[in-house]
Amino acid sequence: MAEAKTADAAASETLLRVEDLRTWFHTFSGTVKAVDGVSFSVKRGEIMGLVGESGGGKSVVGFSILGLIDPPGKIESGVIEFNGENLKDAGDARLRDIRGRDIAMVFQDPMTSLNPLHTVGEQMDEMLRLHTDMDAGQRHARCVEVLEDVGISRAADRLKAYPHQFSGGMRQRVVIAIAMLAQPKLVIADEPTTALDVTIQAQILKLMRRQIRDNGASMILVTHDLAVVSEMADHITVLYCGKVVERGPTDDVIRRPSHPYTRGLIDSIPNPAHRTARLKQIPGAVPDIRKLPEGCNFQDRCPRVGALCRESEPPLVETGARAHACHFPLKEGETQ
Amino acid sequence: MLGYTIKRLLQMIFVLWIVSVIVFLMMSFTGDPVFMVIPIDSTQAEIDQARRILGLDRSLFEQYLVFMKGMLQGDFGRSYVYRQPAMDLILERLPATMEIVVVAMIFAALVAIPLGVYAGANPNRTTSRAIMSGSLLGISLPSFWVGMMLIFLLAVQWQIFPSSGRGETVEFMGLKLSILTLDGWYHIILPSLTLSLATMAIILRITRAGMMEVMRQDYMKFARAKGVSRRGVLYGHGLRNALIPVVTIFGLQLGDLIAFATITETIFAWPGLGKLLIDSIYRADRPVIVVYLMLVAFIFVVINFIVDMVYTWIDPRITVK
Repeated sequence: MAEAKTADAAASETLLRVEDLRTWFHTFSGTVKAVDGVSFSVKRGEIMGLVGESGGGKSVVGFSILGLIDPPGKIESGVIEFNGENLKDAGDARLRDIRGRDIAMVFQDPMTSLNPLHTVGEQMDEMLRLHTDMDAGQRHARCVEVLEDVGISRAADRLKAYPHQFSGGMRQRVVIAIAMLAQPKLVIADEPTTALDVTIQAQILKLMRRQIRDNGASMILVTHDLAVVSEMADHITVLYCGKVVERGPTDDVIRRPSHPYTRGLIDSIPNPAHRTARLKQIPGAVPDIRKLPEGCNFQDRCPRVGALCRESEPPLVETGARAHACHFPLKEGETQ
Repeated sequence: MLGYTIKRLLQMIFVLWIVSVIVFLMMSFTGDPVFMVIPIDSTQAEIDQARRILGLDRSLFEQYLVFMKGMLQGDFGRSYVYRQPAMDLILERLPATMEIVVVAMIFAALVAIPLGVYAGANPNRTTSRAIMSGSLLGISLPSFWVGMMLIFLLAVQWQIFPSSGRGETVEFMGLKLSILTLDGWYHIILPSLTLSLATMAIILRITRAGMMEVMRQDYMKFARAKGVSRRGVLYGHGLRNALIPVVTIFGLQLGDLIAFATITETIFAWPGLGKLLIDSIYRADRPVIVVYLMLVAFIFVVINFIVDMVYTWIDPRITVK
């Protein structure tokens, strides 16, 4: 009895569980396995960082969760369990209910994610019209409230403005405001600061963290920037070529990464303490995802590569809160 | 805004003035209208007298001043053939042409825009390919052939619609209109359909091209991520962004149809401007041709002005200066 109860509690603590997700794109030049067997989970109130280089399939994970994969892309298999419901098998009508209301998204480029022909007010109002029973007056009040909340002054006036009358940073604030309007349980932020000025980035990140905390929501922060993740996220999932290569609590992973790829990502963060040292980089580039090598996908860029890596693909091995997919993982203290 | 409107009005007047000069000069160089209005056995004295009455004995410049003066007063002279003011002749025929053109344009837009949106949003579907192939037919089939086929099938074989004429008309605010009677509608449908096909095909293709471009935009995906229905995304967010070129072409086509409905009107014996123009050209009825050309120029200028206004309404980033 008591055991069942704790199991229940543990289950309800998990907001989103993605299990063995495969999203493939069937193109003329071959099948692109953008996401190929990815598993992770997000607890309530948690920020989960999804990290990897460009082309690593990070964004596709986000879009898969919301069922926004368009042909030639297709979710081949896997489980996307949100709040106890498998979204993979949910119909389009059900997904439309969930989009925006339960799971909201923040896109990379605020210059293009707002419709240029609608006022900010119209675009905010649309969200509330779709997902709440509020009347026009209540919706307006809520829009003003949320817009002020994300740091836009004279909010009532600004609702009548068009996106082109805002700066990039302000637009991203608007996008965040739209995402928070219906008080979603989960926000998927896809490179939310990449397109912004460095000076604005920190402000926007702080704003997002506060919004998430205040609303008791969870967030998946998709980014290539490990520095951002290390400041924001509670947990990290590192993707490489559509597969999870390492996973664990942020501090732990940053302090002692197991996978040489994670190590490489960490080393390529500029460190103010070693200003004179030349910045390290991971040699080579992400391989063509249509022609992946046999064995480990990272073999050609890996300093620790061995014969085994060219023969068999390392499975994801879980040890406590951590998991890694490497035949020769780094031990504590090892730098390479 | 007011300043802009005034500036545009002055521009429009300037354009119309240029057109008037060109029209006047061209008319002066195309044959002597005197022989059209006098009996074939007239004496030289009678010919000279006719010249004087028509003002053709004066210098070109003087003739132009007289022409301008009349035009500013709305007087384009009398038709040599009908002996009525040319302006009245044109205005009497204008409603008939406007009727089939407006019906044709509305019909074209109602069919072309939804199909264009569909084909643009689902470019790889078989239905879309069929729509696009169909639109190619619409562009390439000549209207006289389409008109004749429609008459042959729907008027002669199956006898659903009448093959010619305007049908019953009703006087409304001084204009004779067919669209207010059921019989009038029966008569309008075939010529309007003939007239609309090419425009429909062009608007469809432009809408599709615009939608294909728009579909790639982030705000479309963002709208979907907000939970907007597919229809809402396509029509609420997509279409308006694809509409600028559609409106441009729509305006041009509207002017085009008004000016060149001639062939269709001839086939369906529709008593509109086109038929009058053809008759007038055969008979060198100069005043009527002049009024016609000035009217067409005027319509084009006005449509362009309206199109520019519509731009600013569609896209708030476009400002009038």
